[in-house]
Amino acid sequence: MKLLVVETKLHLREWPQLLFTIGLPVTLLVVLGLSIPGMTELGNSGERAVDTQLPSIMLLLSLLITACTVVPGVLAAYREQGVLRRMSTTPVHPVRVLGAQLLINLAGGVVSTAILIVASSLAFGTAAPRQWAWFVVVFLLGSAALMAIGLVIAAVAPNAKTAPGIGSVVMMPLMLLGGVWIPREIMPDTLRTVSDYSVAGPLAQALRDTWAGQAPQPVHLLVIAAGLVIFGGLAVRLFRWE
Amino acid sequence: MKLIEVRNLRKQYPNHLAVDDVSFEVAEGEIFGILGPNGAGKTTTVECVAGLRARDGGTVRVAGLDPNQDRGELRQVLGMQLQSAALPEKIKVWEAMDLYASFYPDPANWSELLDRVGLTDKRDSAFKKLSGGQRQRLSVALALVGRPRVAVLDELTTGLDPQARRDTWELVQQVRDSGVTIVLVTHFMEEAERLCDRLALIDTGRVVATDTPSGLIAQVGEEQRVRFRPSAPVADDVLLAVPEVSQVARSGDQIVVTGSGNLAPAVTLALAQHQIVPGDLRIEQATLDDAFLALTGRKLA
Repeated sequence: MKLLVVETKLHLREWPQLLFTIGLPVTLLVVLGLSIPGMTELGNSGERAVDTQLPSIMLLLSLLITACTVVPGVLAAYREQGVLRRMSTTPVHPVRVLGAQLLINLAGGVVSTAILIVASSLAFGTAAPRQWAWFVVVFLLGSAALMAIGLVIAAVAPNAKTAPGIGSVVMMPLMLLGGVWIPREIMPDTLRTVSDYSVAGPLAQALRDTWAGQAPQPVHLLVIAAGLVIFGGLAVRLFRWE
Repeated sequence: MKLIEVRNLRKQYPNHLAVDDVSFEVAEGEIFGILGPNGAGKTTTVECVAGLRARDGGTVRVAGLDPNQDRGELRQVLGMQLQSAALPEKIKVWEAMDLYASFYPDPANWSELLDRVGLTDKRDSAFKKLSGGQRQRLSVALALVGRPRVAVLDELTTGLDPQARRDTWELVQQVRDSGVTIVLVTHFMEEAERLCDRLALIDTGRVVATDTPSGLIAQVGEEQRVRFRPSAPVADDVLLAVPEVSQVARSGDQIVVTGSGNLAPAVTLALAQHQIVPGDLRIEQATLDDAFLALTGRKLA
């Protein structure tokens, strides 16, 4: 418990990074929504882009930044500095540090989500996620799967300096597949198919569906869960404490 | 009573044999040194003792516990300061102490401990703002916060300036006086000679010799050298007549006398009888470096 408190304090002391991970998606949401004319107009489906599409994409972006760059950065630094090794000489296993970090970043994701919901409501009158119970399930499952990817990045990164870099290299295609660059609706078929199996694609879609008031498609949940199992398993096998 | 027993310890890494055959015993209350050049297998040895690495062969017992099997209990009786382990950069001194204290069932009073290592006025400083010596002292305090019976200190003073090194030595002695057995890993001859009650010389994964520092030096012979500049000319015979003297050599106006026993007083007395004063008098005794050189054929540093 004390570990969680201390790690939280340390996390908050990295406030420029915190400001970036939480601030960038909400800033993009407001700026894009206000500056691109089509965003606030009713589309063919009878809803505006700012209703579900843009906020869910920005939420995905926020989760991706945290999972792919923040988590690997901290853990690789802890490993490199010998923080994990130092702790392994005490009765408490360093896996607790890992757990604390994941919890803290999950909490960061919750804060980021709340800010996005409030900001889109204030700026565009967007309604909060309608299927909120499903939304929470998708959010938790998706966060877990993305963080498992982050743990794999932390495991394979040779040192603390390269970890966020490798994370960015992984993050870019995930952003593309998740529909951050081009909406999934207008993706070419091949890209769309790849997107369907990319964790990021189904996650973006499921977030959007539940935001709009529909249950998530089982296949989307299945792909995300499969990602969690695969990358979680890889992380367990590959993670190095020193 | 033997607190630590290591017999025929062996540790193989994928590409090299780090520890070949190491045996030693550490008695309760002593400062036991593990001295050897870099890469001799010192750190791997203590890591196997502390249960941080699984040994490949031999037996290890710490307070009756097997580090490979009783990791949890071992960590309650053994505190460790690691050569290359740190804390998060922005953690404050008091937070680190408080956190590490929470890892143990019956921790020491950490603010007293901070006082003892002289870091009370740094309690609100971030780890990265501490000097090398302060970090090492914090590291010692963290190793002691679980009230261990034995503390392993690995390369404690490497990279410290001479003053910080001396302060740290004093701290180690204080810790021992408080009843904690200490295993000190070092490649500094002076540190080992000054602090250790007994020590094991390790080279290429094997124990070369185990003894007290003076015992190890005695193994290479009691030979000493006295150098001086006589205030007036002196014949070799005058010096050779002294029983302790075995050899006299001259280099320039300097005389180098080799011998054993109470060499320096005997030589000065003989000179005084001829109204000669030895100027720039220097006594050279064998050191642990010499002992290591004699035992392994290689230099320590």
